[in-house]
Amino acid sequence: MSEVRYTDQHEWIRLDGEEATVGITKFAAESLGDVVFVELPASGKAVKAGGEAAVVESVKAASDIYAPAGGTVTSANSALEKEPSKVNEDPEGEGWFFKLKLSDKGEFTKLMDAAAYAKFVESL
Amino acid sequence: MTSSADTLRRTPLYALHLELGGKMVPFAGYEMPVQYPAGILKEHLHTREKAGLFDVSHMGQGFLAGDTAALERVTPADVTGLKDGMQRYGLLLNDGGTIKDDFMFSRLAGEADLYLVVNAGTKEGDFAFISEKLKGAASLTPRFDRALLALQGPAAAAALEKLSPGISEMTFMQVRRASVAGAPAIISRTGYTGEDGFEISLEGADAEKVARALLADPDVMPIGLGARDSLRLEAGLCLYGHDIDESRNPAQASLMWSIGKRRKEAGDFPGAATTMGAQTIKRVGILPDGRAPAREGAEIADKSGRIIGKVTSGGFGPSLNAPVAMGYVETAFATTGTEIDLMVRGKPLPARIAPMPFVPNRYRR
Repeated sequence: MSEVRYTDQHEWIRLDGEEATVGITKFAAESLGDVVFVELPASGKAVKAGGEAAVVESVKAASDIYAPAGGTVTSANSALEKEPSKVNEDPEGEGWFFKLKLSDKGEFTKLMDAAAYAKFVESL
Repeated sequence: MTSSADTLRRTPLYALHLELGGKMVPFAGYEMPVQYPAGILKEHLHTREKAGLFDVSHMGQGFLAGDTAALERVTPADVTGLKDGMQRYGLLLNDGGTIKDDFMFSRLAGEADLYLVVNAGTKEGDFAFISEKLKGAASLTPRFDRALLALQGPAAAAALEKLSPGISEMTFMQVRRASVAGAPAIISRTGYTGEDGFEISLEGADAEKVARALLADPDVMPIGLGARDSLRLEAGLCLYGHDIDESRNPAQASLMWSIGKRRKEAGDFPGAATTMGAQTIKRVGILPDGRAPAREGAEIADKSGRIIGKVTSGGFGPSLNAPVAMGYVETAFATTGTEIDLMVRGKPLPARIAPMPFVPNRYRR
C-alpha cells in the first residue's frame, strides 16, 4: 500500500515500497497557472531533502521544485516535456515529476499527511 | 511598482472584475486582474482567435490644448504632420534624449486639442514633465478619471459594430468620436496585441455598461494583464520600464520608425546627435531553440561565453507554442540569425536573434 506525504512547498511524495514518486499538489498547480515547460532531473542524480530537483515554468514565472526527501533519482516523467499541461490537468497523477530511491525513510515519515496538508493550505 | 493594499486605486470596472472571477494583483498603483478563471493561456489564444476585452483604465489619458506643436519639444514624433482623425505612437524623451515613456497621441477631426494616452506607472510624472516643458505654449489636462477599454482580436470589429454602427469602416490608427451602446466614446483602431482591434475611451460612469454590452457577445472574453503581456511580447511591442527606459535612446531601442522624417532631417529633438549616431547596443527579438523560456534579467552570452547583453522581456508565447524574448545585445550581434546563449539557471540555453513581430501583425490597413 502506498502512502502520500506533503511539503510546505506544495510538493507531494508517494511511497510505494522502496520507490517514491514526486509531484506538485493541485493547490500548487492552480497557483502557478498554465505550465508551459518542465525541467526534470536526470536519472542517477542525488538530491537532498529540500534541495532543488526540478523547475516548472508557467506562462507567468519559473518556480523551483524541491525534493521532499533525499535520495537518488531513478526516473523522470519525460511525457511532461511534450505535454507540460499534464501538470495542470492531473497534478497528483499523470503530472508526476520524478521517482526517487529514498536514502532515509525517516525524512518521508516526518512530512505532513493529507489531513495536515489540507489544514496547512487552509491557513494560507 | 509596489504599493500597500490600502493605497491601491481601482478602475471603474473593479466590481465587474470581481464578479467575473478576476485574480486581482497590484499593478502600477492599481488593483488589476492578472487573469480570469480561464487562465492566461486560454485568454491569450482566445484573443488571437476571437476577441478579448481588456480594462486598461489605469493608463493616463489627457488632452493637450494650446499650441500643440510644442509637444515636439518632448517627442521626436511628427506632431504637426498628424492628420485629422489619426493616432500616432510617440516616445517621450527627457532632456538627455533617453526614453521617459512611450505614448499615443491623437488628432480628433475638427478639434484643436490633442488626445494623449501615456503609461499607467508613469502618468503623474509624465504629465508634470510635459506641463513643465510646454509651459506658456500648451496646457495638459489629465483625465485619469476616464476609463479605457481595449477590444482586440479578429472578431473585435464585428462585436463593436453591433454597439457602434459604422465603426468597422475605420482602418488602423484612425481615431474618432462615436457612441458605443449609447455612451459617448473616443475610439481608435489600435491596440497592444498585434491583432486588429480598438481602444475605447469612456467616461468612467459609462465603462461598466459598455463592458457588459461587449461581454454579452459570445465571441468576447475578458482578458487579464497576464495575457496582455504575452500578446504584446509575441507582437514585439515594448513594455515601458522593461524593454525601454531612461537608460536607452530611440536608436538603441530600435524605435527609429517612430521618429518623423522631418524630425530626423532637422535633428530637432532631445539627444538627436546621440540618437542619430552609432550605437553600441540594440534591442532585438530572441527565439530560444528549445522549450525553456528565458525571463527578464537573463544574461545573453556569445558562443565563447562572453556576456553581450541582457533579456528585458521573456516568457512563453502561447500562439507560437514556444518561448520568446527580447533584449539588448552589442550591435555586432544584432543581426537576424546570430547564434547566442541565454544564461538560464547558470546554464547556456541556445537561442538566436529573430525578427519581430514573432507572430504576424493582423492590423486592418
